[in-house]
Amino acid sequence: MTTRALTSTTGVEITFVLIGLLTFGAAILTVTVRNLVHAALWLVVALGGLAGCYLLLSAEFVAWVQVLIYVGAVAVLLLFGLMLTRAPIGRTTELDSGNRWAAAVVGLATAGVLVSVIADAVRSTWFDPRLTVATGTAKSVGSSLFRYWVLPFELLSVLLLAALVGAIVLSRRDVSADADTEAEAEVTEQSQPKAPAQATEAEA
Amino acid sequence: MHAIYPLTLAALLFAVGVYGVLARRNAVAVLMAIELLLNAANLNLVTFSSLLRDQFGMGQVFTVFLITVAAAETGLGLAIVLLLYRNRGTAAIDDARELGEDGALGLRRIPQQADGEDGAAGRTTSPAPKAVTK
Repeated sequence: MTTRALTSTTGVEITFVLIGLLTFGAAILTVTVRNLVHAALWLVVALGGLAGCYLLLSAEFVAWVQVLIYVGAVAVLLLFGLMLTRAPIGRTTELDSGNRWAAAVVGLATAGVLVSVIADAVRSTWFDPRLTVATGTAKSVGSSLFRYWVLPFELLSVLLLAALVGAIVLSRRDVSADADTEAEAEVTEQSQPKAPAQATEAEA
Repeated sequence: MHAIYPLTLAALLFAVGVYGVLARRNAVAVLMAIELLLNAANLNLVTFSSLLRDQFGMGQVFTVFLITVAAAETGLGLAIVLLLYRNRGTAAIDDARELGEDGALGLRRIPQQADGEDGAAGRTTSPAPKAVTK
């Protein structure tokens, strides 16, 4: 962490700014585009761009985990959610809420406050990501994971199991506390596919 | 690398996520915006891990933890959205305002059980049947 002028840009910075602009634009399109499936696909672009940012910040293992879980699993999960809720596939004007302009004001205020505070705080902070390449490899991350963070890791596995069981219980129709509601549920409708639970299981 | 680039990108992504959570009407789109919020936090963690060169690998390990938690959150959130859709026939969270007051904050009152008027272009069948009451 050294001090240097803002104007002395390096190739890594230029690459980061380009990927960052791509990510930011994709994020904007994710929340503004009127086609819900296109929004999910722009979210994939934004998350993939973030994986590139992680690579430039020398977090190699995190970048590939991002690609595997977000770009692979979570995006498919969201598309499953769109399919199961029979979301409108084409362009629709009903995607934005009535409080859209209030949301825009809040978002712009958040951006203004955060960016001004951060720009003031790190005005002369300069670091070289290449010096920390050794801490971002799978070997290094795994070593620190199982040396210092074992207990949170195990707690996280329990959390994933709980989320898996919760998703199954929520998704099934025929699970009920007592028998009469169970019978009523069976005559009401057949059970629906349980995609979210299965996808969570695949990630676990 | 100057620290302002990744931190500004994270702040901007967070602001975009805030806008998306507040402005979107479909619950799945709100979940997408929540993913953006979590990823902004992830980018901050990775940046400070690289900036401070922590010897315990805290930033990157916590990023992996956060990605896992986000995956669990998405699975559970989609299960809840699915349940909302089954019980109401729509995944629009503007219609779920039993707990809201009439005319609060000047928001327009959206009638409940909005079966025909919510403009779901791709929907072909009738809404899902009512919830099983205990």
